[in-house]
Order: sequence, then structure tokens, then C-alpha cells
Amino acid sequence: MDLILGALGYIFDPVNWGAGAVQPGAIGGLLLEHLRLTALCVGIALVIALPLGFYIGHTGRARQFVIGFTGAMRALPTLGLLYFFFTLFAFSLSFLPAANLAVVISLIILAIPSILAGAYSGLESVDRETIDASRALGMTEFQILWQVEIPLALPLIVGGIRASVLQVIATATVAAYIGVGGLGRIILTGIGTNDYDRILGGALLVTALALVVDGAFALLQWLAAVGTAPRGARDTDGDATRAPLSAEPATQQ
Amino acid sequence: MSWTLANLDLILELTLEHIRLAIIPIIASFVLSIPLGWIAIRNRVTRAIVITSGSLLYTIPSLPLFVILPLIIGSRVLDDINLIVALSIYGVAVMVRSAADGLASVDRVTLDAATAMGFSGWTRFWRVQLPLAGPVLLAGIRVVSVSTIALVSVGVIIGSSNLGDLFRDGKNRQILEEVGVGIIMSLLLALIFDVIIVLIGRVLLPWNRTATSGETERQADPVDPTQLGVRV
Repeated sequence: MDLILGALGYIFDPVNWGAGAVQPGAIGGLLLEHLRLTALCVGIALVIALPLGFYIGHTGRARQFVIGFTGAMRALPTLGLLYFFFTLFAFSLSFLPAANLAVVISLIILAIPSILAGAYSGLESVDRETIDASRALGMTEFQILWQVEIPLALPLIVGGIRASVLQVIATATVAAYIGVGGLGRIILTGIGTNDYDRILGGALLVTALALVVDGAFALLQWLAAVGTAPRGARDTDGDATRAPLSAEPATQQ
Repeated sequence: MSWTLANLDLILELTLEHIRLAIIPIIASFVLSIPLGWIAIRNRVTRAIVITSGSLLYTIPSLPLFVILPLIIGSRVLDDINLIVALSIYGVAVMVRSAADGLASVDRVTLDAATAMGFSGWTRFWRVQLPLAGPVLLAGIRVVSVSTIALVSVGVIIGSSNLGDLFRDGKNRQILEEVGVGIIMSLLLALIFDVIIVLIGRVLLPWNRTATSGETERQADPVDPTQLGVRV
């Protein structure tokens, strides 16, 4: 209990939020930095993974290959990737750009598999008959994708993004191992100075951030599920809006 | 290749250590998640409690958990037990959801039939419900295996010795090949573990494959419910 109180003491001490906060800086700034890093990496991962996932889900092409490939991506140790890219870039870049670039690339690789899996499994979950009916109505393939498949697949797509955001928030702490990033630096500073209040305080901040963001996504996903549930279904069966909320359990590193 | 050839012994030693550190949490999370899954399917409240605490545990970043654990469980700071307990916690956090979903996926009618045949609650669970939940449990433990093997390497930060050593040492000495070898070995281990788990699944759940082919057959030839009504 003392541990928790000490950690809360660190978090709620106004000194640690002020502009004059010593190592590793004011909590507010680190929190924003953590969020910014997460948004940047997930944003880039979305641009890569969503079109690819839609293509696979819509056409069914390259499915086995991509499933195998994303499985292997999940098995990549983020710490190893981070050190690999950092070492690689350090040959030609100065410290800060090399470190930042290594962090961003590693986290993008971490974020892609969940988004991709959510996108293609979402599209695959759409009833074949619905798609055939759309085709019979004269819709183009592009219209089918945008007006039928994606709206119906929305809960699973959002579920995939949600899992990936959660992973990136928890894993972005590793950025601190090479001296950059957000909340992870509180933890690393704590380890360096044997200050358990900081270590646990930093961990609690990351967890709280993850919970808040995850809660926002849960709401978004619920809205997506409500939007796609068949009209009237909710009246007869309370479970109709409870679409499967994620393609697979999230993993972090 | 020169670094790799000169350090084959070290690579082998760290790989074996990596395997040892990964196996215990994988088995522990499987074993622990089953009673938790059983509790979770009792009712809505227990389900909410178990599943929510699972996902809550998962959001704790790994590094501080490794560091804080000695203070909570009273172990020594640089002991491997910290890593093993932390990885088991993450494993359970992922696995408990699969356990609950798997146990809940078993058809009510099947369970009632088992009761009618004279199974007691206890034997029905072990001989009917748990085996039928097998495919979902298998899918869950595959995810746990992959993520545990990847996470073990973070343990080097708290003094554990495993393939993560190659990451840290390679970075500090700027030997890119060393970091690369660590990543490749880690991937290879994940693949081998996955193949082994799938094979164990084939042996333990022989009906799983036939059930899958039966399912595709049903999809290919859907039974019209209205027609069925007329016939009966």
C-alpha cells in the first residue's frame, strides 16, 4: 500500500507538473509526448494497413500469405527492432534523429498486425449474400466496398484499431531505453535513481492513459455496432448490438 | 556472418535460456486461466470482473512490472522469478478471455445431454465442456506463446539472461549483425513453439479437423429452415 501511496504522491505533486520539474520533465509534457508518438505511429500504420486489409478482405487474394506475414510480425520483439534500427541509423544519423526514427518505425511495425487483422476479418465477416445482392443491384466493386462492406465491418475494424492503440501506448515506454519518448522516461529515471515512487508512478500514468483512450474507443466501437445492427434487432434480442468486439486478443511488448 | 560464426556457443546458450524462461509462463497461464474462465462464465458480474481485470493487467507496461514485482512478491531484485511471474500475469491476462469464450461456446444442449447421461458437474466439466472448448483454448495459447517469446527479451533490462542480451550488447557495441541474429532466433523460436502447440492440438483434439470440414460442408449446402418445417 505504501508503494501505491508513494506513486500517487509523485503523480499528484504539483512540482512534478510545473514548468520547473526536474528530470525527466513535467508530467503534462511527457503525457502529451506519449500521446503524440502513439497518434503518429498508429496514424502511419493505418495508412499502410487499412487499404491492404480492405484489399485482402474484399478480393480474398493473398490472404494466406498476409496472415502468415502478420503472424511473424507479431512475433518480432519490439525491443530488438528498436535496437536494430537505432544501431542501423546511428551509422549515418546523429543521435536524436536516429533514436526518434527507430522508435517510430518499431512502433509502426507493432501497430500494423492488429489493424490489418481487424480490417480483413471485418470484411470477411460480412454475409456473402449481402455482397451478392449489392452486386445484383448494379453497384460497382468500389461502391460495394465503401457503402456495404466497410460500414458493416466497422465494429471489427474499430476493434482492430483499438487493440493496436492499446499495444502502442503500453509499448511506447520502450522509447525511453534509447533516451527519447514520453512517459517511459519517468520509469527509466526512476530505475536509474532507485526511486520506486517514480517507477510505479510512471507505470500508473501509462495504465491510466491506456484506460482513458481505450474507454473512448469502446464508446466508438459501441456506436459503430449500434449503427450496423439490423433495425429492430435490438428490440427482440438485447445481444444483437454486441458484435464480436475484437478479432483477437491484444498483445503488448 | 563473422560475428555469428564466432559466437555460436553464446547464441545456443542464450536461446536455451530464452526457451526456459518462456515455457513456464506459457504453461502457467494456460493452467491458471481455466479456473478463472470457469468463474467468468458463472454470470454477467463475474465475467465483467474477470475480463476487465485481465485487460487492465495487460495495460501495465512490462518494464515497471518487472521492477516493482520484487517488492510485492518478496523476491530478490535480479531474480529470474520476477520475469517469469510478470510474463505469467500477461499470459493469464490474454488467456482468460479465450478460456471464458471457449467454455461459453460449448452448446447448452450438449451440456444438458451430458447431465442426462449421468455426468456430475465436476466430470461434465472435465470430460465434456473443457475438451469441447479446446479449439478456442488452442487459439488463445498460440497468441500467448508468440507474445511471451517476444516479451522475454525485455527481461535483459532487469538482468535476466536471454536472447535480449544480443539486442543490448549489439546496440552498445554497434554490431548490427548481433541484434539481427537475436531477432531471427526469437522469430524462429516463436515459429517452433507455434508448430509444437498446433501438433499438440492435433493429438489432443482429433475431432477438431473433422468438425472444421463438416462446417464447410454445411455452408456449401445450407438447410432451408422452412423446408425442414414442412418435412417434419
